[in-house]
Amino acid sequence: MAAKTRARTAEVQAFPGDTPADVLRGYYRSMSLIRNFELRSSEMYARAKIGGYCHLNLGEEATVVGLMAAINTGDYLFTGYRDHGYALMRDLEPGRVMAELFGKTTGVSGGRGGSMHMFDSQARLFGGYGIVGGQIPPATGVALAIKQKQASGPDSDAVMCLLGDGTTNIGAFHEALNLAGLWNLPIVYVIVNNRLGMGTTVEAASAEPDLYKRGASYRIPGIRVDGDDVLAVRDAAAAALERARTERQPVLLELMCYRLRGHSVVDPARYRSPEDTTIAQKSDPVPVFRAQLIAAGILDDAAADAIDAEIDAIVDAAVEFGDASPDPDPADLFAYVYATPVANAPSALPGDPVMEAL
Amino acid sequence: MSIEAAPVTDPPATRVITYRQALNETLRAELLHDENVFLIGEEIGVFEGSYKITAGLLTEFGPDRVVDAPIAEEGFVGAALGAAMIGMRPVVEIMTINFSLIAIDQIVNHAAKMRSMFGGQVAVPMVIRMPGGGGQQLAATHSQNLEVWFAHIPGLKVLAPSTPADAKALLTAAIRDDDPVIFIENLSLYSSKGEVPDGEQIAEIGKAAVVKEGTDLTIVSYSRGTTTALEVAHKLEAEGLSIEVVDLRSLRPLDRETICASVRKTGHAVVFEDDWLSYGIGAEISATIGEGVFDFLDAPVRRVAAAEVPLPYAKTLELAALPHAAELAKVVREVLNVAPLEK
Ligand SMILES: Cc1ncc(C[n+]2csc(CCOP(=O)(O)OP(=O)(O)O)c2C)c(N)n1
Ligand SMILES: [Mg+2]
Repeated sequence: MAAKTRARTAEVQAFPGDTPADVLRGYYRSMSLIRNFELRSSEMYARAKIGGYCHLNLGEEATVVGLMAAINTGDYLFTGYRDHGYALMRDLEPGRVMAELFGKTTGVSGGRGGSMHMFDSQARLFGGYGIVGGQIPPATGVALAIKQKQASGPDSDAVMCLLGDGTTNIGAFHEALNLAGLWNLPIVYVIVNNRLGMGTTVEAASAEPDLYKRGASYRIPGIRVDGDDVLAVRDAAAAALERARTERQPVLLELMCYRLRGHSVVDPARYRSPEDTTIAQKSDPVPVFRAQLIAAGILDDAAADAIDAEIDAIVDAAVEFGDASPDPDPADLFAYVYATPVANAPSALPGDPVMEAL
Repeated sequence: MSIEAAPVTDPPATRVITYRQALNETLRAELLHDENVFLIGEEIGVFEGSYKITAGLLTEFGPDRVVDAPIAEEGFVGAALGAAMIGMRPVVEIMTINFSLIAIDQIVNHAAKMRSMFGGQVAVPMVIRMPGGGGQQLAATHSQNLEVWFAHIPGLKVLAPSTPADAKALLTAAIRDDDPVIFIENLSLYSSKGEVPDGEQIAEIGKAAVVKEGTDLTIVSYSRGTTTALEVAHKLEAEGLSIEVVDLRSLRPLDRETICASVRKTGHAVVFEDDWLSYGIGAEISATIGEGVFDFLDAPVRRVAAAEVPLPYAKTLELAALPHAAELAKVVREVLNVAPLEK
């Protein structure tokens, strides 16, 4: 397979290793799906079909696809609130992801979580988390339980915990990394360094702006990788997960990428310099990867367009599915407050009397 | 301000501005008034605040007085506390009240305790501003009304203004106060408008206000709830009901006298609160009324509060879970035992 991809043109050297052409085309398809889905989400937000906060993976497609190409289906994934792409890459139906954004019962979290809180226990997508750093200690705890229950080795599960650059400044990050380093937990922490936390640059927020070095205090090896390079991301993540599984060695990966737009769909990002925006657009991984594949003879324009068109239809269908899905019934408001039924659990709606007169 | 004495000078001119603008102007005025005042928080400078309360202030006052902090609530709230210990007057912005839970140790175990635990040797003149509130589909972790967490704590003062004028006068008072003041704003109030008197206005902390007089029933509320209470009170006027509205303004200390004086007059009380029912602000108000004016009550005190669930994202569920004008009007009628007017 390697020979086949390499044989075509000299530019194939742009794809080191032996990734088969169909796999590379698959990565492009995945990146195109995330791109299309996110642009559509933004549109749906403008049409008020989506409410609340909505953060997009635009510009992070290579990072998302590379990471998800490395993770095993049995591994547990924790993310921040910028989670749509990860939900799609864990093979959740785009319609169910869109339905979550629309707050429908068919959404991955039953419409209760929304954009920031995608969860699917079967797919081991263990949550998008809206509180900065909130995901890091629980992810570490899943790794602790894996260590308690499974022997180390290639068959062991592992945890991947995503976080943003700005999130490395919160105490939970440091406490959790210390635990993982101390207890040798099977976890890979991934800093998606899009160089901004809202309007704040890494340099303005982190005394050590080389974020991968922050593992040093916890004896966790840190590795910085180009997040716009899907293969580099995949290979680094695969190697890190391997160490987590077999050596119980936690790893800190830092993936350098760009956020193409504002922090969330409502942020016009006026604080951003034109130069910065230009750099971000120039390194936009989706057109860059497409051009690389075309240059390498792995795709041509027609084939790439065909993929984009297929994706467009999938996202159309996702929107239709979301639209057609039912809203949650207010009668189910209290459905999931407790796992174990308990006497006197509150069930009053606003304005209900607290008790019937005795 | 006294209403008995004829004003010696003309009353201050007023302008109609938003709650947001009232906060912004007050922060600016206090930065000008006292060089020890400084602002600190996430995204308050370059980004001009998540809700644009601090717009323009970094440009005017520079980075020493408008300090952009990393995402480290426990760290920067505690750092503000330390600065306050030696006489600075930090005004902290926590992006929303939900994130204050990360700083809760510095607030509850430290800021609230210092003066007392160290025998009165140190004061902590700091303000922590933060908006609470649901109703914007921000889902469970970003929609909470956690005021009672702070209102429960001796050593803290807790304010929750409902109007632009109070936002100004209470924030000024909070900044000039020598104790840690938790200043609770509300996402849905930021764009609300009201008349605000020009010039320096300093409210008295610890006082509620009767914001509408009436004789049949008292609605007690605070922050966003007061605007709904007023809306309902005016609507019910058309049905011949005379409703008094008490705006708490200060949740700690609590002005029990104003509440009880009102209920003594009306004989009926309903609390309208955005927090969860059990152990909420309304529980304290009801207990106060029961203890203070039991003999004057013609009906049990009722509370209209949020359903006790982590607030779901879906609009249908969010609407069902949060208290609105319709539920308040319904409960007012139930307490007064009157049927709704046919349309
Ligand atoms: C504890 C806490 N503080 C503040 C916020 C508000 N907030 C949401 S996202 C964000 C920036 C995070 O930046 P980064 O970690 O770089 O992630 P990115 O958004 O770039 O993916 C902030 C400050 C929050 N959600 N939780
Ligand atoms: Mg970032």
